[in-house]
Amino acid sequence: MANKRVEVRAPMSGVFFRKPSPDAAAYVEIGDMVKKKQVLGLLETMKVYQKIKCPANGEIVAILPENESPLKDDDLIFVIEAV
Amino acid sequence: MFKKILVANRGEIALRVIRACRELDIKSVAVYSEADEKSLHLKLADERICIGPAMSAASYLNIENIINAAEKVGAAAVHPGYGYLAEKKELAEACENRGIVFIGPTPENLKLAGDKITAKRIMAEAVVAVIESSPDGITNLDKALGICKKIGYPVMIKASGGGGGRGIRICADEEMLREDFAIAKAEAGAAFGNEELYIEKSIENPRHIEFQILADRSGNIAHLGERECTIQRRYQKLIEESPSPGLTATLREAMGETAIRAATAVKYFNAGTVEFLLDSDDNFYFMEINARIQVEHPVTELTTGIDLVKEQIRLSAGGMLDYSYDDLNRRGWAIECRINAEDPERNFLPSPGTVEAYTPPGGFGVRLDTHLYQGYELPIYYDSLIAKLISFDLTRQGAIAIMKRALSEFVISPLKTTIPLYRRIMDDPSFRKGDFDTGFIHKFVAEEDEFD
Repeated sequence: MANKRVEVRAPMSGVFFRKPSPDAAAYVEIGDMVKKKQVLGLLETMKVYQKIKCPANGEIVAILPENESPLKDDDLIFVIEAV
Repeated sequence: MFKKILVANRGEIALRVIRACRELDIKSVAVYSEADEKSLHLKLADERICIGPAMSAASYLNIENIINAAEKVGAAAVHPGYGYLAEKKELAEACENRGIVFIGPTPENLKLAGDKITAKRIMAEAVVAVIESSPDGITNLDKALGICKKIGYPVMIKASGGGGGRGIRICADEEMLREDFAIAKAEAGAAFGNEELYIEKSIENPRHIEFQILADRSGNIAHLGERECTIQRRYQKLIEESPSPGLTATLREAMGETAIRAATAVKYFNAGTVEFLLDSDDNFYFMEINARIQVEHPVTELTTGIDLVKEQIRLSAGGMLDYSYDDLNRRGWAIECRINAEDPERNFLPSPGTVEAYTPPGGFGVRLDTHLYQGYELPIYYDSLIAKLISFDLTRQGAIAIMKRALSEFVISPLKTTIPLYRRIMDDPSFRKGDFDTGFIHKFVAEEDEFD
């Protein structure tokens, strides 16, 4: 069975954070195996933080935005190869 | 009087201060971040100066950039508004050191306002009733159990390092405390980098009542009556009014006197607010002093005729306070709705975007403090308060009718806002009777809702 490409997109506009605090390690790196519902990053919109959760079990194959960059609604953030 | 004031804030409160300056014939200087180049406060001010990139930490929270901006434009004073640096003693100190007047309390006042445990001790010594609490930060369950046995359940566990209503848990009994203590500790550590907890007796279904105070440099202090701020969601105020439908004249007098005693005990200067919790037996307890102009200040202005921002400026310039509550020409009733760009149908998720259609309400008894205009794109970086709609009439019923009418006229599209929620509240029988406590909002919004 071929692996399926799964996209994770911004649920609304906001500032994307790869890590929980400036000194912490990133939630995920390219090549990490991730599980469904695992936190991949944070999106801050008007002072409210939302967790960006993983939609499927698989491997992170791409992380598009830089840490702390502004995203528009529906911008692509992660690409996962589902297993 | 000052010739030029730097307004170290954005949004509606920046407009509020700029307008006061204009009326006082003082030049105003707007500061702005790179994300705020199209904000209305830049247009209304006499001058404008960029203080850094979009993220607040690099601009609106950057003390050095703000002080440098003030020096560059030759401002004699800085008005901090609310939020951001308004209660940071470091800004007040930096102003002092560089020969600029900070329009607000003294650095000592600000230091104490940020130190709740010391503030409570001083208040208890000044014979102001405080809520029974643990004397210090706690990390040990047995110690917590001992303290709770003494002060009695239910208790509230708060993170010592927390604030703004975050990280609060209520424990009804010993069993619940045993269950929740470790979790609360871990959460506090994760959220605030400090595992210490602070325990206080939980007042059941209280009202949240606060008193506006003003003080000059020679120690004259007056209160300007109360604001009813009971209607909150997650400890964030939604609707405020003045006077409070829950106070008798006797209670108002007792609370007003206590507020002045509290402000005197800390040698308070300038505008501030003394917050109390009021229980169902009319016992009131000191909570804290908010050392700033507050979001909800307009309801006091409309019912007293005092422009609080102009008073802040006048007092900071050395003016005297020569009136008391009894001298005020008080009348009528004022209600404020805080309109946020949030979707009340979807758990108050923020609703950023561009304002495509905009029709502000108007007419008799309506005041609107907002930085919105048609075509304005809300930056994603700042908080979601987009307008304060305030109604005024001679009676509470009249003020509710005006608010209801004004809300029905107000169009902000396509953003989701809290306007529909307020329209429902204006029709609620308990609200109309003035009969509510801090649990009121759960009639409209599920308590356990949490977005992930």
